[in-house]
Amino acid sequence: MNTFETKNTPSPDAGGHFGPYGGKFVPETLIPVLSELERVYAAAVADPAFTKRYDSLLANFVGRPTPLYFAERLTKHLDGPKIYLKREDLCHTGAHKINNALGQMLLAERMGKKRIIAETGAGQHGVATATAAARFGLECVVYMGEVDMARQAVNVKRMEMLGTEVRPVTAGQRTLKEAVSEAIRDWVANSSTTHYVLGSALGPHPFPMIVRDFQSVIGREARYAILAEEGRLPDLLVACVGGGSNSIGLFHPFLNDASVRMMGVEAGGRGNALGEHAARFDGGRPGVLQGTRTYVLQDDSGQIALTHSVSAGLDYAAVGPEHALLREIGRAEYDRVSDDEALEAYSLLNRLEGILPALESSHAVAWMIKHAAEMDGNEIVIVNLSGRGDKDLDQVLALGRTGLCSKR
Amino acid sequence: MELGVPFSDPLADGEANQLAAERALAAGMTPLKVLDLAREIRGNHPNLPLVLFTYLNPIAYSTEIDFEEFCFEALNAGIDAMLLLDLPPEERGTEWTNGKTYNASIKAANLPLVALIAPTTQPERVPKLLESADAFVYYVSKEGVTGEGDEFSAKFAKNIEMIKRHTHLPVVVGFGISKPEHVRAASGTGVDGVVVGSAIVRRVESLSKGKGTIEELKSFVSSMTAATK
Ligand SMILES: Cc1ncc(COP(=O)(O)O)c(C=O)c1O
Repeated sequence: MNTFETKNTPSPDAGGHFGPYGGKFVPETLIPVLSELERVYAAAVADPAFTKRYDSLLANFVGRPTPLYFAERLTKHLDGPKIYLKREDLCHTGAHKINNALGQMLLAERMGKKRIIAETGAGQHGVATATAAARFGLECVVYMGEVDMARQAVNVKRMEMLGTEVRPVTAGQRTLKEAVSEAIRDWVANSSTTHYVLGSALGPHPFPMIVRDFQSVIGREARYAILAEEGRLPDLLVACVGGGSNSIGLFHPFLNDASVRMMGVEAGGRGNALGEHAARFDGGRPGVLQGTRTYVLQDDSGQIALTHSVSAGLDYAAVGPEHALLREIGRAEYDRVSDDEALEAYSLLNRLEGILPALESSHAVAWMIKHAAEMDGNEIVIVNLSGRGDKDLDQVLALGRTGLCSKR
Repeated sequence: MELGVPFSDPLADGEANQLAAERALAAGMTPLKVLDLAREIRGNHPNLPLVLFTYLNPIAYSTEIDFEEFCFEALNAGIDAMLLLDLPPEERGTEWTNGKTYNASIKAANLPLVALIAPTTQPERVPKLLESADAFVYYVSKEGVTGEGDEFSAKFAKNIEMIKRHTHLPVVVGFGISKPEHVRAASGTGVDGVVVGSAIVRRVESLSKGKGTIEELKSFVSSMTAATK
């Protein structure tokens, strides 16, 4: 499978627009840097040596392809469709984030940039970037909101042990959004020496495209594996949507398969009021945040709203612009599940399958649990297990949500 | 005088302006109230040039007023020009709502724009940037966000010269200028003006904490103005 063979529509236009979304709404200082990245990326994907190197890293460093696992006991328990799990949790470092971090590290190398910066929410992208930077011998700084540093303390230590400097971000809500802003500010000041490894399919063009392309390995493998296993395409794909990288990575290679439904699951948090969730498509409206036009949670006067999710990786006020287009044209659907439902799914999957999903991925599992009854036994679903849940144990323990008293 | 519309996520701004935006928002400031403020300033100072410094989201995506109306209202309130930090020429032709581009609405209102040119801007790009300017050209004197700088280097002098060859508009320079000697160094490059932001904003922040006096702020501003001569 050639890494960049599937070029589905709708790709962004030359300016990085996905229909009315996307683009590069950035200060002038960044325009030349983004143009350089576009040029280097276009040359890289056209270079067989680049693809070969990337594919080899994915195989031998990440451990790809990841399995497409038939969740037999979950399927039986829910008595709905046949459920397969795409096991991104088995990637080296524990989540899909490494697919993108390695790809972008190769781009940094091509640009001759010796310093890497990144933002992180859950810490998974930070760990992936720190790991890739260690592997490539590059200096690395990761920006992380203070609140996230507290709820993902183990990942902070992990990054530090990899030689990365984790810089606490104390502005605003002290979570992912502020970490992105700080990383962009660093990049504006240091763009000649530094590459910014953005961790999700968001921000200014060409990031949503680059991250999508690097994550599309998820969908390509899943498509190949389900055809081999079942001899047919799945009926539904389910993935959680933070910025939107694991979901777009799963969806993209299936976009031309009209029979395949796609469901992106946002963080419903603990309520419907603005500030209590991160369901951009439910409570947001179009806006421009951090370089891209997309759905944004904001108040009446256009100030970005606070968000809440039990999972740091979904706790962000905007969504990747390609998702906004997929939703608008009806190609993908989006829904939300609550903190509680995600926490239930976290322990249920562990009990039934011996797989502890990340709280982010638990949102996709929770949606499946909720909606399994609407489907029948002949249907096939692929749920993306974007990461593993070890990183969330402290938090789940603190919430008293291990599921230990409710024996199943 | 540059009047900032506070935004919760000002990604081109350093700490001083971020904190200023936070204070303003906490005190209930909104884009419409900024225009009220502009009206008041205009009333007291009929000849003071007033520039609105803003990000796109609070003026183009609020539910209180749409983007085109905002541009009209800004002009009515006495704003002379607008500096939009996150609207590069590439996005001027993008639609902010169905069927209306940013450019079309700005032009409909006849609101002059300031063009930003950065130290990273390639010379080939300068004419394109100048095309979209009708008020003045703002040369960003450092790679980085707004904020006070310790050192100030006028090594961009040849860029100013190059820009001046392409335009008759006034060229001003800003970012990191915080001391009279910076102003003197910048003035020496042939620019028509110097922008001082964070250094003043910091002093206003101190005032809000009961430190310093208005008189000290005035004398700081005078010392900066004197250095242009
Ligand atoms: C395991 C995992 N899944 C999902 C996400 C959400 O990001 P995205 O929507 O880009 O996949 C994160 C982000 O940190 C994550 O760590």
